[in-house]
Amino acid sequence: MWIIKRDLLLAIRRQSDVLTTLFFFIIVVSLFPLSVGPEMNMLRVMAPGVVWVAALLASMLSLGRMFSNDYLDGTLEQMLLSPQSLSLLVLGKAIAHWLVTGMPLVLMAPVLGIQYDLPVDALLVLTVSLLLGTPVLSLIGAIGAALTLGLRGGGVLVSLLVLPLYIPVLIFGAGAVEANMSGVNFDAHLSLIGAFLLVSLVLAPWAAASSLKVSLE
Amino acid sequence: MLQGMNLACVRGDRELFRGVNFSLEEGGLMQVRGPNGSGKTSLLRMLCGLSNPAAGEIRWRGTAIRSLNGDYFADMTYIGHLSGTKDDLTVIENLLISSALAGFEIDMQEASEALEYIGLGSRQVLPVKVLSQGQRRRVALARLLVCKTPLWILDEPLVALDVMAVKLIQELLEQHLKQGGMVVMTTHQEIDITAASITQLQLA
Repeated sequence: MWIIKRDLLLAIRRQSDVLTTLFFFIIVVSLFPLSVGPEMNMLRVMAPGVVWVAALLASMLSLGRMFSNDYLDGTLEQMLLSPQSLSLLVLGKAIAHWLVTGMPLVLMAPVLGIQYDLPVDALLVLTVSLLLGTPVLSLIGAIGAALTLGLRGGGVLVSLLVLPLYIPVLIFGAGAVEANMSGVNFDAHLSLIGAFLLVSLVLAPWAAASSLKVSLE
Repeated sequence: MLQGMNLACVRGDRELFRGVNFSLEEGGLMQVRGPNGSGKTSLLRMLCGLSNPAAGEIRWRGTAIRSLNGDYFADMTYIGHLSGTKDDLTVIENLLISSALAGFEIDMQEASEALEYIGLGSRQVLPVKVLSQGQRRRVALARLLVCKTPLWILDEPLVALDVMAVKLIQELLEQHLKQGGMVVMTTHQEIDITAASITQLQLA
């Protein structure tokens, strides 16, 4: 899909956008061990929640840019007038958004998890849960970004709209790691995130495409 | 054939126009005229399907465009006020992407020839952000050369262009009309185009 390629090319030309998201994630996750102190047991308990909340906030940080640049320069108009399905174009943009903002977080998470003294298998579960969960964040975020397009103060509004929808992913994502650490089976958590991913893959592009049409009218 | 039947446009609680009728045949050019704020751009956005008319219907070859969707978009090229170009991409990348978006996948060779024609031959690999306003306009208009659609809807295509470019675009329009294409455009400039039929649509 050439639209993914285009968005990646744009991201390469503007690396600062990508790096700010990643560094935001790294700094937020690192602040906790520094502020709480070297209390290993407490850090281990906190870790899944902290990493997941940081991932949520980091992916939210870049949501505003998902459509607004295209909106301002008129590319979005052309997308609406394209003979290709708008839902597919939105899906392409969401995938590109994930590759640029979500995947670096997934790759970084195991390294950051070491700060929290997580055992190796917990690090692995954390990474897998993020791998399944962060695409959901980009997909649901696309709906919020499309709805708030062109509104003043859209940035704050998008967080109010989207954060509540992120909660299920957060619960099961952090839950999977906690379950693993307390020796319980965590398959159910990961399956549920997988189910969220499939549902949002089908519904989110369609919903975002419809909101884009409304926003541009 | 593009037909507008009894179109009306309402913005907020103000009615911009009502009862607008027109019919555009193959090879015909329709120039939409009117003072600033009379709804020219609103009419054009309606015609390309970006917004819905408050009343009335737009038909393309006898079918309402609302029920045609993608099929209509494949027959139509719209160039609006916004250029639809990406500042961070080069001129040629912009053309390749915007034509792919319009459903016409072209290769470097074709893109390069189109840019040569439109007068940007030596600037192909520059990012669009360093170009002047008129040059950006040319990048947007280069799409007309590679997207072979029968209907062109152009909102102020000649704005910011120099005399040479205006002549070039007029030639391009003439050629398109001669081949049976259709053009709907707004412009405040006098245009010098010979076509089978030229109609003027005056908005109050």
